[in-house]
Formats: sequence, structure tokens, C-alpha cells
Amino acid sequence: MKYIGPDFCNITSLLTDEELLIQKTANQFVQQEFNPIVNEYYEKGSFPLELLPKMGELGFFGATLPKEFGGSEISSTAYGLIMHELEKGDSGLRSLCSVQGGLVMYPIYKYGTDEQKKKWLPQLSAGTAIGCFGLTESNHGSDPSGMLTRAKRDGDDWIINGSKMWITNGSVADVAVVWARDEEGIVRGFLIEKGTKGFTSSDIHGKMSLRASITSELFMKDVRVPDSSRLPGIKGLKGPLSCLTQARYSIAWGAIGAAVDCYEVALNYSKERKQFSKPIAAFQLTQQKLAHMIQEITKAQLLAIQLGNLKDNNQLDFSHISLGKKNNVAIARDCAKLAREILGANGIMDDYSIMRHMMNLETVYTYEGTNEIHTLIIGQKITGESAFE
Amino acid sequence: MKIAVLTKAIPSYESSIRIDSSSTWIDESVVNFVVNESDSYALEEALQIKEKLDNGSEVVVVTMGSQDNTSKVLKDGLAKGADRAIFIQNEDSNTDPLSIAKLFSQNLKDENFDLVFSGLQSDDLGSGQTGVLIGELLGMSTATLGIETDIQDGKIKIKRELESGWFQWVTLPFPASVSIQSGINEPRYPSLKGIMGAKRKESKVIDGQLSDDPKQNFINLFVPKTEKATEKIEGDVDGIVAKLMDILKNKLRVIS
Ligand SMILES: Cc1cc2nc3c(=O)[nH]c(=O)nc-3n(C[C@H](O)[C@H](O)[C@H](O)COP(=O)(O)OP(=O)(O)OC[C@H]3O[C@@H](n4cnc5c(N)ncnc54)[C@H](O)[C@@H]3O)c2cc1C
Repeated sequence: MKYIGPDFCNITSLLTDEELLIQKTANQFVQQEFNPIVNEYYEKGSFPLELLPKMGELGFFGATLPKEFGGSEISSTAYGLIMHELEKGDSGLRSLCSVQGGLVMYPIYKYGTDEQKKKWLPQLSAGTAIGCFGLTESNHGSDPSGMLTRAKRDGDDWIINGSKMWITNGSVADVAVVWARDEEGIVRGFLIEKGTKGFTSSDIHGKMSLRASITSELFMKDVRVPDSSRLPGIKGLKGPLSCLTQARYSIAWGAIGAAVDCYEVALNYSKERKQFSKPIAAFQLTQQKLAHMIQEITKAQLLAIQLGNLKDNNQLDFSHISLGKKNNVAIARDCAKLAREILGANGIMDDYSIMRHMMNLETVYTYEGTNEIHTLIIGQKITGESAFE
Repeated sequence: MKIAVLTKAIPSYESSIRIDSSSTWIDESVVNFVVNESDSYALEEALQIKEKLDNGSEVVVVTMGSQDNTSKVLKDGLAKGADRAIFIQNEDSNTDPLSIAKLFSQNLKDENFDLVFSGLQSDDLGSGQTGVLIGELLGMSTATLGIETDIQDGKIKIKRELESGWFQWVTLPFPASVSIQSGINEPRYPSLKGIMGAKRKESKVIDGQLSDDPKQNFINLFVPKTEKATEKIEGDVDGIVAKLMDILKNKLRVIS
């Protein structure tokens, strides 16, 4: 058994048999169930939601959580390898899984009541319920501390008002984790169920990126929820930020999958495509591109594996994840561009996955903390100076 | 019902195959070993039978080979849902089907399996004999090329694939050894729970020594040269037709 993907520095030797088997399961799922239909959904601008129960059955949602909460207690690296495979398929597929596991199941597991866990975690892990995470607002993206959504206490209930923008799976979610400020200005998390009075959504159309993923706006107009809908285990912005740390970890791995797919397509193409009576792989300029890609992919793989180790040993700092997210998405973006060049005109066609990855990676570069914001997080870590404001 | 599924580790199609310095085998250090394709269908068939019978039947995956290459295919089987595994460890490179079948049957005899499923053939050597030979050695009824199974009281009905789109139903009393054709079901992929649970399942290792001298040896392994030759048939029309007919009939055997 070997790592599925280019293994220039034998990273297989850093992975366990379980991790490799788990990668294979995810790889087969994507190849057999997802890849044949991805273009159709990309074009339509929607996601094949019917795949969710299958993904749930295989154990992809919240896979690192304890068994009693629907997880499989797999290592963080194994989880990363699943993300790697899903994003090899499409960033939209990986996004769905990151949101469901990292942004919805994680806060319920970590900060929720027993009742909330019992109600939501089994369904979410089985893929019979969908979750979404509402933090970003139209005027508050990189700086969520400015959020305007408000939660006001009213007896045993809370009344929530405001709106959220760019919410993955917003309109199809059975449960939304919505972050709002209370009257004292403290950020709190609420679980709002689909169909709650005053809670509506509308999909965002016209995306040129991450099209195989549903992105919505959420509106809360005097939405009344009982206090039992509040996530009691956390207050303040560190609540949503801790969730983002989980999801960003999955992006650090997922981006490698997109990069690997672009690289492999370009490598194979370059060996077969002949110009000037030679395979284009024989030209130095092509080799430089391919060599650059494998070099960056290899570094990204090693970084991701180390993040997994740190995570499992409880030594992971959010700045480590910033480094992983920032680097691995940036290199994937470069790889997509280089791979596209190698394929010439064919590179722009949907017969190949490269252009789709390239467009998707623009979203991945921006969401879950833009490249710039992660630069500032790392900058703050190493200099001790905050350059955010 | 106790079902054994024989699975073999073979070099994956994507591996770059290199002939080793002895010129009688491939360089195993650079190939990725995976489960033989038709064996996955055999395992799926066994698991479906177990699930359908729902009477506490047992599925045991069995493999033979060197520790490095083959033990992992058992993990794959256990992760998919087999109850336990038997690994006959044998570092010998002997590939003679009869010797191998003897080794299997000696070590499986005491298990008293009701059914032994194997893949139709291994995708690396393709001799397709192991399942039948084991059946014979263990006194079982045998069938090859199974494409559908139906368990009945004390017997199994097998639909066999014959040539040119013909099929045949045969009924075998237990114990039976059946080789399974690829493509007859949809092999599941192991779930994460299955993979994580596989560690806790019993996996027995048997030190297997081949007793016989091999009945077959590799003398030379080589990569075929790609040769393209065009043969031009010349002469008068009757001569050309006669020559062409001869080639089609006797050389290419496309008409009879
Ligand atoms: C398809 C998609 C799905 C998404 N899904 C979700 C979701 O499920 N849930 C959710 O809550 N959000 C989601 N988002 C929102 C995403 O997280 C935000 O878009 C992101 O945080 C950036 O915010 P913004 O778009 O408002 O950009 P802005 O914050 O306005 O940033 C614009 C530019 O300014 C730069 N910038 C901002 N501040 C600084 C600074 N201090 N120094 C230097 N440069 C700076 C940024 O790096 C960026 O280049 C999604 C976005 C997309 C595109």
C-alpha cells in the first residue's frame, strides 16, 4: 500500500496502514461516485446532496470525533488524507465536509449540551442532516469582530436579528451555527433550525468559483430560539475562531489534493503531447514547471503531515495552521496555473479538471482567513506585534 | 456457514514494473501491492451471503505470500467486514499452483469451511487453478467462473459464465470451492469504522513451508519488444485470395 499521489520523498513511510486504507476509501468514493458527475453540478452551480448519506456511511463527517458522537477516532493525518482526496475531486466537495465536520459538528461536540449533541451529532455524522456555519457578514469578512448580528435575551429565549453572507450550504442546512453578539457585546453561538420563524435564506448566484457548492445568505428577523439552542460552552470570538482552526487544518490538506490532481494531469499530458517531434516533457521550460510543482507539493505534504502530528499531540498552535493553510493553498493555486499552461488550449476545457481547480482555489485562497490575514497571524506570532489594525 | 475467501496481493496496474537482476522475477521493492481484482468480488459475494443469511455466519480472508507485500491485503478484507484473517507466511518465490494449493489445503483443512471462494484468476500470473485445486485436495465440489450465487439448504447454486454469452447453472453440495468472476457485484469500500475496527479482529499467522519441489520455474522474464511488420501479399487475384484465406484461417484464426 502506498500514498495515492506523487510521492517524491517517500511520505508513504510516514503514514500508517490505517491512514493509507482510509485514503484509499476516500479515493475510491471520489473516483466512482463524484468525479463522473462533478462537471454537471459545476455547470449547474449546485451540489449532489444525495451523496451525503453515502459519505456519512463511510464515516467522513467528524471522523476524528469519539465513536459515541458518530466519529471513528481516526488520526488527524488520516482525516487530512480524506480531505486530500475530496479536494482532488473538487474544492466544493471538501468544503462541504470541512463545514459539516469542523464548523458544525466540532462546536456542537466541544461547546454544546448533551441534549444538543444527542440531537444533532448522529444525524450530522450520518449525513442525514446538513449543517452550516454563519460567521461572515456582508460588511464584516476578515474582521468578524465587527459583526452586527445581535442576540437579545427575552425571558428564557433569545431574539436574533441580523444577516450572514457567503454561507456554505446555508439554504439547505437543517441546522445553522450562527454567531451573534449579545447585549453586553459578547459573541455567542446559537443553533438555529431550518424553518424557525423569521429565519430565511437565499442562494448567491453568479459565482465563477466553487460552483459545485451551495453558497447562501442567511436572514434573521426576530428569530426566537430557546436558551437551550445556545452553545453554552464558549463565549467570545474564540468560539468561531476555534472552529475555523479545525476547518483550516482540513484546507491545508485539501489544497494538496487539488495541486496533486493538477500536477498529475499535467505530467501525463506532457509525456504524451508531442511538438517539434518531441514530447513537451522533454523541453526544459516544461520540466521547470513540473519540477517546481513537485517541489512545492512535496514541501506541502511534509508540512501537512507535521501539522497532523502536532494536532494529535495537542501541540498545534493556530499559527501553525495559518502557515499550512496559507502555504498549501498558495502552492495549489500556482500548480493549477502552471498545469494549465502545460496543457495549452486543452487546459481551458472541462475535459480536464485543472481549470475548475484553478477557479475553485480562488475561493479557497480567500475563505477561512485570506492569505493576507494568515500572513498577519504568522507575522504577529514571530514578531510579537499585531499588524491587523 | 463458514466461508473462506482467498485473496492475493498483486502488483497494481499503475506500478512501474521492472525486471529484477535475476531476470526471473520483478523488482518487488518498487511496486505497490493491491488486492487482486476478482478476489474483491469474491469477498463481496461472501459478505453479501453472510448478511443475507444473517445467522452468525463467518467470513475469513486468507492469503499467502511474503510479509512485506501481502499482509496488508488482509487488513483490507477485515476493514470491509471479514470476521478474521489467516495469513500463511511464505517467503518462497515458488509460483507453482499445485504446490500453493497444497499449502493452502494443509493449513485450511481443520477449519472445515463450507465454502471457499477465490477470484477467477490472479491478475499477475493468471493461472486460475488455485481454487479448483484446493477444492480437489479438500474433497470439495468445485465450480469456476461463478457470476451469481444462490445459497439453498445444504447446497449452493452457481451461475457459470461459458463462452460466447452462454451461461450454466450448477448446483454444488457443501463443502464447495467456487472461483468468482469479476464484475458480478459492487465491492464495497471499507468504511472508516471498518478500518479502525480491523485492528481488533483476529489475524492468525501460519508459517507455511512448501513441501514439494516446484513443478514450474521461471527461466527468463522479459519485456516483449514491440515489432510492427507489414506483410504484403502479391500475385494474381486467386493467389492473393488463397493466401489471405490461409492467413485468416490458420495464422490469425479469425475464421474457421
Ligand atoms: C464560496 C465561499 C464560501 C464561503 N463560506 C463561508 C461560510 O460557510 N461561513 C462563513 O462564515 N463565511 C464563509 N465565506 C466567507 C469568507 O470567509 C470571507 O469571504 C473571508 O473571510 C474574507 O472576507 P471578505 O470577503 O469580506 O473580504 P475582506 O475582509 O473585505 O477582504 C478583502 C481584501 O482585503 C484584505 N484585507 C482585509 N483586512 C486586511 C488587513 N488587516 N491587512 C491586509 N489585508 C487585509 C483581504 O486579505 C482581502 O484581500 C465564504 C466565502 C466564499 C467565497
